[in-house]
Amino acid sequence: MKQQIIVSGIGGQGILFLTRIIAGAGVSMGLEILTSETHGMAQRGGSVISFVKAGSFRSPLIRQGQGDIGLFLHVDNLDVHQGLLRSGADLFVNTSTTGPYSNIAATELAREMGSGVLTNLIMLGFAAKHDSLFCGPEQLEIAIREISRERFIDSNLAAFRRGLEG
Amino acid sequence: MADKKQKLLMGNEAMGRGLVEAGCTMVSAYPGTPSSEILGSVVANMGDAVEPLHVEWSVNEKVAFEVALANSYTGKRSAVIMKQVGLNVAADPFTRSTYLGVKGGFVLIVADDPGPHSSQTEQDTRLFALFAKAPVFDPSSPAEAREMITAAFELSEQYEIPVILRPTTRICHSRQNITMGKPLHLQRQAAFEKNPGRWVATPAFLTGLHGELNEKLGAISAEESLKPFPVVNVDPEKEGRAPCIIASGMAFANVFDLLDELNMLNQVQLYQVKMPFPLNSEFCRKIREMDEKVLVLEETDTVIEMQLGLDGAQGRLSGHVPGQGELTPDVIMALLLDFLDLPKPEAVESGPPARGRRPSLCPGCPHRASFFAIKRTFPKGIFPSDIGCYTLGMNLGAVDTCHCMGACISMGAGFYHAYAQDGPDYPTIVVTIGDSTFFHAGIPALVNAVTQKARIIVTILDNSTTAMTGQQPTPQSGVLADGSPGNQAFIPDLVKASGVRFLRECDPYDINGFSALLKEADQFCRGDQGGVAVLIAKHPCLMDKSNQLKQDVIEMEISDDCIGCGICVNQFECPAISLDEEEEQAAIDPDICVGCGICDQVCPTGSIVRKGENQS
Repeated sequence: MKQQIIVSGIGGQGILFLTRIIAGAGVSMGLEILTSETHGMAQRGGSVISFVKAGSFRSPLIRQGQGDIGLFLHVDNLDVHQGLLRSGADLFVNTSTTGPYSNIAATELAREMGSGVLTNLIMLGFAAKHDSLFCGPEQLEIAIREISRERFIDSNLAAFRRGLEG
Repeated sequence: MADKKQKLLMGNEAMGRGLVEAGCTMVSAYPGTPSSEILGSVVANMGDAVEPLHVEWSVNEKVAFEVALANSYTGKRSAVIMKQVGLNVAADPFTRSTYLGVKGGFVLIVADDPGPHSSQTEQDTRLFALFAKAPVFDPSSPAEAREMITAAFELSEQYEIPVILRPTTRICHSRQNITMGKPLHLQRQAAFEKNPGRWVATPAFLTGLHGELNEKLGAISAEESLKPFPVVNVDPEKEGRAPCIIASGMAFANVFDLLDELNMLNQVQLYQVKMPFPLNSEFCRKIREMDEKVLVLEETDTVIEMQLGLDGAQGRLSGHVPGQGELTPDVIMALLLDFLDLPKPEAVESGPPARGRRPSLCPGCPHRASFFAIKRTFPKGIFPSDIGCYTLGMNLGAVDTCHCMGACISMGAGFYHAYAQDGPDYPTIVVTIGDSTFFHAGIPALVNAVTQKARIIVTILDNSTTAMTGQQPTPQSGVLADGSPGNQAFIPDLVKASGVRFLRECDPYDINGFSALLKEADQFCRGDQGGVAVLIAKHPCLMDKSNQLKQDVIEMEISDDCIGCGICVNQFECPAISLDEEEEQAAIDPDICVGCGICDQVCPTGSIVRKGENQS
């Protein structure tokens, strides 16, 4: 099994957190996991991207046209990062506008749940619903429990499950 | 799956863990992307340490180096951590340390930033190692970086020489499954053996010490354990005809995966160089005698290629590999197809990818208020600035230069002298420097500007933290790296002691009040007894959520008086405010707004108002 996932968004949207959950699920399944993250200046509201690679890889980077799955937390990033995905890749986009991808208005749903910052977990649930990630909802929920700060576990799980409903 | 409990660790976390496992008793650092999280990881792992462990965020990299060096002189294991340009700051102690050598293992972790992603150069620390004659390890993964820490300490102690571990951004900020090890129990007592011929080393001793250093390097380059060997056995049918690829660091990881993808792993002689300097001498001889063609992949300069000195080798020196920038999988794939005479895929017609959104100061950031006031007060001023979040003040037109840590004050003085010698009508020069940067390299520059009679306004943006790199304490914080209380050094005291005669402090959230102070400072500068005026713009960083919780949330809204002039968007650049093009009015995004409530001072028509106070 080899899978290459890109997570794209804007600094502050919780891209790193999402990356760690997917990666954590992989480790608990006994898979070899590599991630690559954006830190530093770009985290200040700029476009950020993370990679998760599951399987026997040595490099944490994904080259153009090789990604299997794309989670786009910010629709404007499609122009920037979509080229990393292969043709036929599974594409999940946070937007109410339909297009050649699976979409969900995650930010609106997150606001309804009380906080825009839950967007990332709704997106993760939405991707998990489509059964294309190397890990399933159970493993992701375990990782959410492990990685979330104690007082956010319940709201994070609720957001993830909201995404699972689609 | 491995039996032992595995953890998903970021490269920086893995290295921090490695330092604790190696039995280090002192780790010092100055934060800088991509190295910043290593010391935090040391602190996080201190509970497992069996040795006593002193950790510190030093005031700068030179100081960090020297503190850790002395610990090594006593026979204990020491490490010092910095980013690549930090080694420029520590160059003085570093270059001498190879001549004099060390006692307890001494490892420098210097994180490079090919690309660069978050640095002012993409310089290659391996080249610096060659210059200073220090052995350097070049890891290709987080797990390898951790293993190399052990190897680096052993080598350092065997040869009494400082050893560098050179991870790059992609190692520092990758995560990988890591199996945790047990920290060593070395039980060493501090024992400094006086030896003036070595530790004082006047010029009379140095030629001899240099000779000893050369002998050490000769011996290290002959170490069998450090000799690169083929990573994969070559297909017997290709024996003697397989082209050769030599790679190190992240470039090795990338080329390995790409060869695998092309099913070419056993069709080439692939070597990973783990120690690029000194390059193993027997390996060099072997490669020079090789008939097959050779491709060298390394970041960011030509350390391996230069030492090989092989005519016909393809690399950055020969021009086959781009002479700058990161060797991403995309760059390497194109090189590989060429090198291996493989068909190239049809070029897909597409324009350059969009650049994406540029970074900007956070909503509620006090720097935004400072920069807005500076630009509005002195539209024609010159604004030297410095390294940190506040470099983003360039988006507000209030940062004209950014060079290196502390340069803004000296360059501000230089600008003043350049203009003042042409006549008295010099532009107002407003320097901006962060609190941590001021401690790091601003103090000597301030003393210099004062004594050399510069007339500039120095604004110290004091947000009580080292924000850009992740909220490390400053010397004014009174908190040490492990969270315990420390002693404080106060910025106003240091400013006064530097001979500054005009010093005012203000919360920049009061934009109008801060503007008035700027005008007062300018008058002082231009007066008969004028000189350097210092303003301290003091307001805590909101990246630390506890600071955000301490301040009132003032909800703002746009009134119908808004004429859509865009000043709040273009000149203030708050991420929470955008222009609604259909409505031709500004709009506030409640998800992003933190309620700092300062934007009402920005709007020329008074249309940004406190919620509920909308009069129209």
